[in-house]
Amino acid sequence: MENPEILLSLRNLGVVYDTAQGPVHAVSNIDLDLRKNEVFGIAGESGCGKSTLIKSLLRLLADNGRTTADKCTYKGRDLLQMDHETFRKEVLWQEMSLVPQSAMASFNPVYRVGDQIVESMQAHKSISRAEAIDRAESLFDVVGLEPGLLRSYPHEFSGGMRQRAMIAMALSLDPGLIIMDEPTTGLDVLVQERILRRIREIRSELESSIILITHDIAVIAEMSDRIAIMYGGEFMEQAPTLDLFEKSYHPYTLGLKNAFPSIESLGTELISIPGSPPTLIGELQACPFSARCPFNGELCATENPALIEVSPDHLVRCAYHEKAPEFEKRAKEKSTWLC
Amino acid sequence: MSDTFIVIGAKAIKRGFVEHYEIINSNVLSRFGFWVIVFFTLVAIFAPLIAPYDPWEMTYDSDGNFAALRPPSWEFPLGTTHLGYDLFSQLILATRTTLLIGIVSGFISIFIGANVGLIAGYYGGKIDEVLMRITDVLYGMPFLPFIIVLIALFGRELEFIILAIVLIIWRTSARVIRAQAMSIKQRQFIQMAKARGASDLRIIYRHILPNVLPLLLLYASFNIAWSIITEASASFLGFGDGETISWGGMLYELWLSGKTRVAWWWFASPSICIILLVTSLVFVSRAYEEVANPRLRRR
Repeated sequence: MENPEILLSLRNLGVVYDTAQGPVHAVSNIDLDLRKNEVFGIAGESGCGKSTLIKSLLRLLADNGRTTADKCTYKGRDLLQMDHETFRKEVLWQEMSLVPQSAMASFNPVYRVGDQIVESMQAHKSISRAEAIDRAESLFDVVGLEPGLLRSYPHEFSGGMRQRAMIAMALSLDPGLIIMDEPTTGLDVLVQERILRRIREIRSELESSIILITHDIAVIAEMSDRIAIMYGGEFMEQAPTLDLFEKSYHPYTLGLKNAFPSIESLGTELISIPGSPPTLIGELQACPFSARCPFNGELCATENPALIEVSPDHLVRCAYHEKAPEFEKRAKEKSTWLC
Repeated sequence: MSDTFIVIGAKAIKRGFVEHYEIINSNVLSRFGFWVIVFFTLVAIFAPLIAPYDPWEMTYDSDGNFAALRPPSWEFPLGTTHLGYDLFSQLILATRTTLLIGIVSGFISIFIGANVGLIAGYYGGKIDEVLMRITDVLYGMPFLPFIIVLIALFGRELEFIILAIVLIIWRTSARVIRAQAMSIKQRQFIQMAKARGASDLRIIYRHILPNVLPLLLLYASFNIAWSIITEASASFLGFGDGETISWGGMLYELWLSGKTRVAWWWFASPSICIILLVTSLVFVSRAYEEVANPRLRRR
């Protein structure tokens, strides 16, 4: 029987896009057990498959995209086998809602914001318009917006207001899982901080789990209970937040940490990882990071390693994870990355 | 296409009469066009009250003489035909037929065109393929001969003329609205509507349709104008409804009578009315087109 504490369970989930150049494995080998009331952060650079992963969960993939998985269950129900009508009516928004990447363009410009929130509630629940408006007003209160703004059109909102309205909409049906796709990208730091604070407050009041996707390590460090570092469509390292920042195993994680400024290393130059992400056309026979990895060894070119549990709840996909302490030392020197 | 376009367009429709009045008032031509349309509409509504004679009633002047082929005078403001019919009365009653055909076929054709366009544009793939090939076939048909053949096939009653016009005229609106629907479907808020669990029908009619509305209104008025021209042409060629009088039908009668060279007043009035009404419709649609496409706007 399923562990009732586990909300979303994925085993070997992959997404393949069929293109003229052949199949593109945008996402592969994703294993995840999302617990109830957990914030799970997924970080990675642009094009690593973060958005594709959540699109596949919400069935928003483009027509040439396919999702495959050994297991993909939500509250014990198989998401891949479910027919689309059931999925649309019972899962979308009701159970899984989305705060999209660009809230700026995510409201229909011709309807009032309030009407759109009411619409998404009424589409799934039989509640009267008055009740729905009531609920929308209290939600606006929760995200820190004037309830009177429900009567505004999206273009009358600023970026931060739209983002908060979007969060209000995502909360409207008390979903079990809220997926936030770069919720603060494109907003200035002050607004970003305010929104993150709201999300934290909401989180302590609600039962929902959150999947938080971002390329901003700082945001994810601040918000999440667990973090997965994604590269080339796969999870490279997955660990509780503190664990990951205290002791990283994967060279890519080390590189990412280098590329972000921190208070302690004020004045030192940031080190970036040279090269660009791999093309994911065709079956991958090597570690996807091997081409950019400064610690590249023999095994890296021939096999894509499996996730190995190095300490409780801390998983690493690296053939040389035993050498991590050495890597960590060398990773701090700029010359290591200049190859 | 920018956000502003949609916002302006949607607002123009939502904010009702004030804004419509502003659009129409935005330039001299559209203001003129608007009042011409209002004028013809009033004439059409009150036609039987205004017309002094029955359209096919032989008239006599005050001296009791048969009034055949009279040029305009106080008694017969637009003159008479060779059979003594009063052209003023004919013209007024014909306004009714012309407007009726224009509005009914204009609206039915935009209804078909919009649905075909939205469905083809939204679903894409095979559905799009089938619907657009049908439109292509219609594009391959010569316009007037198609209508004439259909009228010859169905009969010359008013409803069949409307049907024939509708069957071909929707092609343009379907194409244009499909293109617009395809572009709007790619926008983030449609993805979002899907994520919110909206059904296909809801996405098409609640989320895409309002965003193509300005374009749709524009093509509705084009379709009305085209229907009027088409009906006049078909009637002039003798494929009009013999039972009801229309502007094109009046010109056909003139042609049949063989008095074209003599009776200038006979072709002047219906021709002027056709030109006036159609250009007025075009003027008004141009004002709406500027709303739908801000690039046309004068700065």
